Amino acid sequence: MIELIDVRKSFDGVEVLKGISTKFETGKVNLVIGSSGHGKSVMMKCMVGLLNPSSGNVFYDDRDFTNLEYSKLREVRKEIGMLFQGTALFDSLTVEENVEFTLNMFTDMTKAERRDRVDFCLEQVDMAGINSKFPAEISGGMKKRVGIARAIALDIKYLFCDEPNSGLDPVTSRLIDELLKQITEEFNITTIINTHDMKTVFDIGDDVIFIHKGSNEWSGKVKDIKGSGNEMLTNFIKASFFD
Amino acid sequence: MSFFYHFGKYLLFLKGMFSKPEKLSVYIDRTITEMNNIGVGSLAIVVIIAVFQGAVTTLQIAYQLISPLIAKPVIGSIVSDSSMLELAPTITCLVLAGKVGSHIASEIGTMRVSEQIDALEVMGINSSGYLVLPKIVAGLLMIPLLVVISIFLSNLGGIIAGEASGILTSEEYLQGARESFLPYNLFFALVKAFTYAFIITSVSAFQGYTTNGGALEVGASSTKAVVYSAVAILFSDYLLAQLML
Repeated sequence: MIELIDVRKSFDGVEVLKGISTKFETGKVNLVIGSSGHGKSVMMKCMVGLLNPSSGNVFYDDRDFTNLEYSKLREVRKEIGMLFQGTALFDSLTVEENVEFTLNMFTDMTKAERRDRVDFCLEQVDMAGINSKFPAEISGGMKKRVGIARAIALDIKYLFCDEPNSGLDPVTSRLIDELLKQITEEFNITTIINTHDMKTVFDIGDDVIFIHKGSNEWSGKVKDIKGSGNEMLTNFIKASFFD
Repeated sequence: MSFFYHFGKYLLFLKGMFSKPEKLSVYIDRTITEMNNIGVGSLAIVVIIAVFQGAVTTLQIAYQLISPLIAKPVIGSIVSDSSMLELAPTITCLVLAGKVGSHIASEIGTMRVSEQIDALEVMGINSSGYLVLPKIVAGLLMIPLLVVISIFLSNLGGIIAGEASGILTSEEYLQGARESFLPYNLFFALVKAFTYAFIITSVSAFQGYTTNGGALEVGASSTKAVVYSAVAILFSDYLLAQLML
């Protein structure tokens, strides 16, 4: 479980996150929704440590991530996998080397063991057999899948996905959604997805937090969204489907 | 004030590199790869520059010193000393600032803007240590070697030009070079080479690492890396000459 307590973040005096408090449960697909520029990505970056919150705390199963010493922080980070919006695959490495990267850095596995684990991860995302390709040689949807395979190469406990469907066609988007849901349930991890794709929300979401102008405007179960009574959320959903 | 702010950031960046490596063998592999990129990859341009630099210097020294009162071996002595003290280390490293520096800045800058550095950080890897330290170590090992090669080839260029133009024979050139040779001069050249190697790799890596934006900013970082490295090389050139000669 991940818990945020009154997380605030300012840039040059402008408060982008205005005291977000919420919990993300283990074994569930937790969705963070909201319009572009309202703080979703900043919140995720604060959660994974790419940005330091101006104030507030982020807890990973009772470990205060915001106040951990560097060596312990690195240990928590080994439990985190992240799928970036642009995939962030290392373009000088092959698909296999990308997926193998953390195994090589953090484990004492032999080459054969690493190879088996890479094959297993690529099979999980239905990408077996493209080991020797470079990221530049595969499509956007394939890159996303390889990004997921890289994220789950170590035995992670937390999976973060920043706009996993951006730039993908509807069919591939649904496949990625199903994959994320399947991985969350199979490995019992805490998955947090930033998205403004309401189809994703209704297809795979368990819990939802709606961020509006840097605040936690509404949070609850997916099934409760339509009857939330929150005007901002209702407008956001209407606009999403109208689009 | 802006200079001190950025210089402070640069020092903090260097300090950030020195944490315990996640896995030493990976760092050693990366260092060997970078040694190949920096050393072997720059060999051709260093060879061309060194040979022509020695040849042209020989012709110009001969042009300036043409007099029956000056012995011909003096030309060899001046060219070999100039090559060792200034031309080989400084000119070679100014060229390497362009070739190696811009490559380092654009490589790391592209990784920054495409979130690859963020991905390393999220994985729990010290990104500056992983990306930059092997480049600096490789630079410190390979650039002095390139400078030594450059010194040798400058003299070879001088000998070829002397023979080809009939200004002086190879024996006269070598006689002058041997008579004026001081081991301290070679030591001075190597001190310069190590200093410049550190400047080229660290300044360029810093420019790449602190890139913010997109493709345009990667280009700007690459340009800044070359300009700042070149200025720092020239400044330290003067400083080292003042301190050590």
